[in-house]
Amino acid sequence: MSDIKNIRDQFISKLKNDLSIDEINNIKTELFGKNGLISSQFKNIGSIVEVDRKKFASDLNMIKDELQNLIIDKIKKIELTKINEKLENEKIDVTLPERSFVRGKIHPVSQTIDEISSIFSEIGFSVEEGPDIENEYNNFTALNTPDNHPARDMHDTFYLDENKETLLRTHTSPVQIRTMLKDKPPFKIIAPGRTYRSDSDQTHAPMFHQVEGLCIDKDIHMGYLKGCLNYFIKEFFEVEKIKMRFRPSHFPFTEPSAEVDIGYEIKDGKIIIGEGDQWLEILGCGMVHPNVLKNVKIDSSKFQGYAFGIGIDRLAMLKYGINDLRSFFDCDYRWLNHFGFDPLDVPTNYRGLSR
Amino acid sequence: MKITFDWLKDHLNTNLKEDKLLEELTNIGLEVESIENLSSGLDLFKVAKIIKTEKHPNADRLKVCDVDIGEKELKKVVCGAPNAQEGLITIFAPPGAIVPKSKLKLVVTKIRDVTSYGMLCSESELNLSDESEGIIELKTSKYQKNIGKSYFSKSNSNLIDLSITPNRSDCLGVRGIARDLAASGFGKMKYIKEKKINSKTKQTIKVKINKEKVQGCGSFGSCLITNVKNTESPKWLKDKLVSVGQKPISAIVDITNYVMLDINRPLHAYDADKIDRGIIVRNSKSGEKFTALDNKSYKLDEGMCVISDNKGILGLGGIIGGTRSGTELNTKNILLESAYFNPRSIRGTSKKLNLDTDAKFRFERGIDPLSIESGLNKAALLIKEICGGEISKIDIQKTETYKIKILKFDPNLFERVTGFKISNKEMLKILEDLGFKIKKENKYLKLTIPSWRPDISQEIDVIEELARISGYDKIKIIDPIKERTKSTLTKSQKLFHFLQRAIASKGYIEAITWSFTDSNFNDHFRGANKEIKIVNPISSELGVLRNSIFSNLIMYMNKNLDRGFKDLSIFEIGPIFKGSNPGEQNIVACGLSAGKKSRLSWIDEERNVDVFDAKKDVVQTLIEAGYNYDKFFIDSETPNYYHPGKSGRLFLNRGKEQVAAYFGEIHPNILKKIDIKSESIVGFEIFLDNLKLPKKTLNNQKTKFTVSDYQKSERDFAFVVNKDVNAQELINVISSVDQNLISNIKVFDLYEGKNIPENQKSIAISVTIQSQEKTLNDKDLDNINNLIIKTVENKTGAKIRS
Repeated sequence: MSDIKNIRDQFISKLKNDLSIDEINNIKTELFGKNGLISSQFKNIGSIVEVDRKKFASDLNMIKDELQNLIIDKIKKIELTKINEKLENEKIDVTLPERSFVRGKIHPVSQTIDEISSIFSEIGFSVEEGPDIENEYNNFTALNTPDNHPARDMHDTFYLDENKETLLRTHTSPVQIRTMLKDKPPFKIIAPGRTYRSDSDQTHAPMFHQVEGLCIDKDIHMGYLKGCLNYFIKEFFEVEKIKMRFRPSHFPFTEPSAEVDIGYEIKDGKIIIGEGDQWLEILGCGMVHPNVLKNVKIDSSKFQGYAFGIGIDRLAMLKYGINDLRSFFDCDYRWLNHFGFDPLDVPTNYRGLSR
Repeated sequence: MKITFDWLKDHLNTNLKEDKLLEELTNIGLEVESIENLSSGLDLFKVAKIIKTEKHPNADRLKVCDVDIGEKELKKVVCGAPNAQEGLITIFAPPGAIVPKSKLKLVVTKIRDVTSYGMLCSESELNLSDESEGIIELKTSKYQKNIGKSYFSKSNSNLIDLSITPNRSDCLGVRGIARDLAASGFGKMKYIKEKKINSKTKQTIKVKINKEKVQGCGSFGSCLITNVKNTESPKWLKDKLVSVGQKPISAIVDITNYVMLDINRPLHAYDADKIDRGIIVRNSKSGEKFTALDNKSYKLDEGMCVISDNKGILGLGGIIGGTRSGTELNTKNILLESAYFNPRSIRGTSKKLNLDTDAKFRFERGIDPLSIESGLNKAALLIKEICGGEISKIDIQKTETYKIKILKFDPNLFERVTGFKISNKEMLKILEDLGFKIKKENKYLKLTIPSWRPDISQEIDVIEELARISGYDKIKIIDPIKERTKSTLTKSQKLFHFLQRAIASKGYIEAITWSFTDSNFNDHFRGANKEIKIVNPISSELGVLRNSIFSNLIMYMNKNLDRGFKDLSIFEIGPIFKGSNPGEQNIVACGLSAGKKSRLSWIDEERNVDVFDAKKDVVQTLIEAGYNYDKFFIDSETPNYYHPGKSGRLFLNRGKEQVAAYFGEIHPNILKKIDIKSESIVGFEIFLDNLKLPKKTLNNQKTKFTVSDYQKSERDFAFVVNKDVNAQELINVISSVDQNLISNIKVFDLYEGKNIPENQKSIAISVTIQSQEKTLNDKDLDNINNLIIKTVENKTGAKIRS
């Protein structure tokens, strides 16, 4: 009995000293190793006289636990000190810059096209496309703009052959023709895309973007046209109220035709859409001309509807405060970075067009 | 079309104000483009009398005049005009007035030490004529009592510039605009009784319209006015023309201009004495020449409608007259022409000759064929009134007669198209006001279309008239229904949008550049494609359609590098062109990166962007778009604008059907030619039209979810192979060994050099082996190990490195 008590006392006093991990581990082995002082005592239990055996075993267990706990605590303490020492040395200047990253951007015209598509998607339009190179028929003649029509003067056309049979489309309206030739009514489509006119100055670029709209059904009249555009403009500019004016105009492929103005004012050098008493022309529209329907073999006594054409670049300029049309296509990194959108900013119906 | 409210009032009775007018013009489709106040400040110009003139003490040619401007004191004015003399009544401009011609503001100035308190004006300075010799001389009898009063009649009328749409030729005359306004309720049309020429003399110049296959002249009306004295126009006429920005020239020219602007009736006046034995209206012969009033000589093609005499061409009918028969101030006898020319013919000729005149602009839009006589009546009588002379009878030659156009109109169509109703009464009133003659016939209206409306031929045209005049504000807004029966985007459109954003999310800035480009740049990237020229480019730098997006991107990349940016990634997704026919185009997503990664980083090592950056962006983008990485196949055949050794092409599968993408360094020779200054330029092209669209939708693209929880082990191999064996081959061979057990293969080292024979390389590969069914024991693993080594060695000639 006094044996194990001696061991206990001896080692408790040993463990009171400042010890290294190795020294503690040595003590651990000395006590609890295969032939350790404590371990060998357990082997002796069998040889203890019956009457003392129970008490011996209980005492031995107590001493074992006591020493073990002491050793574990000791080790923990040392480890903690070590970690704290290490942490003290590991302190770094977190104000140093992070690893470099690059941010891509989506061009404002692309973003605007997605916004437009998203808005029209909500009211049942689907997206159609057509080629940039068009034939003279689809771009003009089928759209009730025959050769020698003065309206052709309004379109300064890029031609690809001397006979003026192929050209770069001057508007997205030929997509109307392609769509109607391809399918049967009803139609409800928009067609965004590149358009070209040989015109170049501060407010004109030889290439720009338009979105065409076409809605043909049995009883689509001008009220639906007005409603559709009113909805679009409100959604696009993300305003509650909009001032909109339909003004008679003329396009060979629609009749009656209208140009649409929206009200605006300039406040602190910024344009505010939907207020004020200034008018800004933003699009042209009208009822699809019976001659156009005839050209695509649609019976105009049964089907009718509207079409519109909107300048996308211009809308983007208005919405995002961009002053110069030419800058869209100048590819100046600084400009693209400034006016571009984060690729994760996908315009959607449920999340909203913009943040 | 420029008008003034005052001029409109010649035809329109109204009490309404100008702001209302502007609103109404716009509302009925005659868009007001701009308003300019020409007369503002003109009231400062006063009628004045020179009381005394003295020679300027310091200048021989100058005089110092004391001028009576109706005030107590006389004004001292220094004047250089030789005709400045005592008693002359002229026009005085005080300091502060702005001289119309020079737009300069007058101030009190010292002219050679004598102070001048204003200016005496010449006609030219006031834009009244080109007369700049001397100051204006006003008739004493008429102006004596006006001294001190404004010379210009008080007019608050602004110059209103209207943008008339090409269908509305009738509104190229003030009366036509007045008619539209009256129909919309803005005042009432004035009835003007037409005065007719009352003459017994015959028109003695014979006019003949030749029979031609295509004769551009439908009818030719004329009358002869003899013994006129061409003079300067009277003030009212000058004022009128000046008020719409036209310059008065001489009475005869001014009158023809006035009639054209007033009733949209172009006329032409010939000096009758210069016409050689009669007028012949005929088609030109190829190569015929004539000098037009714009002092340019034109060489004509065959078949242009010309007015000629026996000597040759006098003018291009309906477009421009010639110098040979033009009227001058000393012209005695005039032949006045009022004709009808076919719009198509006018347009064809003027386009070919690149000629634009007021007459041409009107004739090509369609002139009222029935206005021939009224134009002659109005102009001839005015000429007689102002220039004197005798008027002959009107002579009209015709090759065609105008047929009255009648249209059956169903009034119910109006609501069907516009969605709103107007009463029958209103409908009839609008149509009558616009000049239609109406007969009711059952439920239809039988409409006689006014001769001045060539644009109206079908019912929809009538609907537009009714809608326009009753007002587009009456169209009700019908809110759209939010429903969708068809998906908004097609699969390829979805792919477009996905790739666009996937590429941008990898650090590329999206650019949109022209579809055309500089042929010099295009040639670098044209490959085997043919050049597609634009016949009429904006400039030679934008002369061809792009065969590749690289040409523009690299040009703009260079500009940005010049701006001092070094590490840039830009991309564009858009069309490239293969041919000049519709549809010969493809959509390409093209990216370009320059410079370094981690430039000047305190933490990472900087390095040039390289082919594997481009490859990563391509591969990741395609995987994100839903394509299976395990099937990708890559080889090194690329177009000649890529670095021949550091570029690759990617197929979506081993079948190598269509190239999905190219990636790599841009060829150093091109970079040198373009003189681009960057450590490295790499790029890629993804061909959207070559990407097979996944048939499956997203929800059934996901296969059953299975994972193995059995232990996996990784084994590393190093193979020594010939240099021409590529990593892809090794990987394919390894993965073919046992696709069930081999779950991942990774190349983790490439070594050439010491200890490796020349022409060979060592590729180190880590293979992950895992079973779906059990934990593999040492024996299993050894088996697969050996199999891998054996297969690779057999199939590729590799040797395992020990």
